[in-house]
Amino acid sequence: MTPDGGTSGAVSESQRRDTRPAKSAVDRPSSGPATRGDDPVIESRNLDVFYGDDQALHGINMKIPERQVTALIGPSGCGKSTFLRSINRMNDLIDIARVEGELLFRGKNVYDDDVDPVALRRKIGMIFQKPNPFPKSIFDNVAYGLKVQGMTDDLEEQVHTALERAALIDEVEGRLDESGLELSGGQQQRLCIARAIATDPEVILMDEPASALDPVATSKIEDLIEDLAEEYTVVIVTHNMQQAARISDKTAVFLTGGELVEFGETNQIFENPDHDRVEDYITGKFG
Amino acid sequence: MATETGGDTGFGQVSRAKDVAFRYVTLAATLVGIVSLAILLAYVTVDAVGWLDWQFLTSPPHPDPFEAGYYPALVGSIALMVLIALVTFPLGVGAAIYLEEYASDNLLTRFIQLNIANLAGVPSVVYGLLGLGLFVGLLNLGFGTLLVAGFTVSLLVLPIVIISAQEAIRAVPDSQRQASYGMGATKWQTIRNVVLPRAMPGIMTGTILALGRAIGETAPLIMIGAPTTVFGVPNSLFSKISAMPMQIYTWAQYPSTEFQYGVVAASAVTLLAVLLTINSIAILIRNKYQQQQS
Repeated sequence: MTPDGGTSGAVSESQRRDTRPAKSAVDRPSSGPATRGDDPVIESRNLDVFYGDDQALHGINMKIPERQVTALIGPSGCGKSTFLRSINRMNDLIDIARVEGELLFRGKNVYDDDVDPVALRRKIGMIFQKPNPFPKSIFDNVAYGLKVQGMTDDLEEQVHTALERAALIDEVEGRLDESGLELSGGQQQRLCIARAIATDPEVILMDEPASALDPVATSKIEDLIEDLAEEYTVVIVTHNMQQAARISDKTAVFLTGGELVEFGETNQIFENPDHDRVEDYITGKFG
Repeated sequence: MATETGGDTGFGQVSRAKDVAFRYVTLAATLVGIVSLAILLAYVTVDAVGWLDWQFLTSPPHPDPFEAGYYPALVGSIALMVLIALVTFPLGVGAAIYLEEYASDNLLTRFIQLNIANLAGVPSVVYGLLGLGLFVGLLNLGFGTLLVAGFTVSLLVLPIVIISAQEAIRAVPDSQRQASYGMGATKWQTIRNVVLPRAMPGIMTGTILALGRAIGETAPLIMIGAPTTVFGVPNSLFSKISAMPMQIYTWAQYPSTEFQYGVVAASAVTLLAVLLTINSIAILIRNKYQQQQS
């Protein structure tokens, strides 16, 4: 039971990160401005999130590139899920949550007064930790977003396509009228992915999508995520560092207290991180 | 205490005296209620034998106990229940949705919530007084009419319907709402497509159980001036109506023993039968939907 309080003593030159005045993060070069020359789809600038009086995120700066998988890793309570949920304003559903700073989606601050969170969520889909299909048929589950968003032309074809892209069609072909709850856990999660991509969002947020699944189902989800990144920008929170290493292009490491300690190419983070605390975390010395 | 007796095991024994005593105390507590209820039911049923027949169920009341029937009261009670259901279901579910899904958790909401809980415990005779003042006096809907009786008893059971509907709505997992909001659904879309379908069995069960409470109410009917005896079935909302418990109350005051035992017992058994039917329907609905959702 020694969280980073104990290990931070070992940190030498990166000690500066440990004193956590929120705004000091400005000097962080966020590990090279958006490599490969592409504009970031999502950019966070000095983002603070509070739950009541507790500050869950401290001055997060991050540029999330298009059509890549960005993994958010870190120990429990480090704010990675909070960050994910602040992207599509799911935190709005919590009465006491409050956001400061900017979160830009295609250059527009999603916390501006003129942004409609419902419209925003139609552009940014979300997959949750526990598969949460509705107690409806497989077809109606996938069609849910399409119906809600009024995209009901060629409904059957759209549902079919979504199931195909979610690599689920072979397993459910011919029984789309059965309840989504009768599928296995892994199938349910792919059903939820089909539901999310049916409406063709630009970004897909995933909050530990495989943590409730067995290894086989997990590996199917991982394959699927890599395929999805060809068309979508994927941001995934995971507890599983091997998973982050396998599937992501970029990795952001959050450490206890709600700070982004390091963000960069996944290879570099895992092979040669700038910060000793990140190395300690990745090699399993804590967390 | 006496823990040394079983020393041969090497670790003794622990006294169970209090365990055993407490077991019989709680058993006795259980039996007192069950047994007295069973005795009551048996007496009433025995008394009703020979009185509860088709003629009784289909005839109007009559001064001769052998001719007397329960028909107007039976139909009156059923009409009353339909009206109460039509009034309380939309109002109760509407209020529950507002309180659970829309209202933010502030002082006002908590104050309203506390009051609903208190209103559920207000004695029915007080609601009768309210019905008399509001519907008969102020709105002039007539003494003892179906409409006034329905509205008055609706007010009485409304808090129960609201509270049970709130519980049903609260029981819908938050993950379901999040799935819907995450798909870019509005609040209304989420409530209509996700929350209500899932909460409906619980809401229906609560409403039906509230109707079961409503069917047995007598005091509010007396307060709003429902007639002691009605010879015809209601044919409009402004008909004067009788109801089963009201008729029982009237007959129980008749001097002849045939009324006091036979006719009243037959009426009571009929009332209980209707009540048990309603409760069984509620249980059936709940079981049916629970199977579908699990």
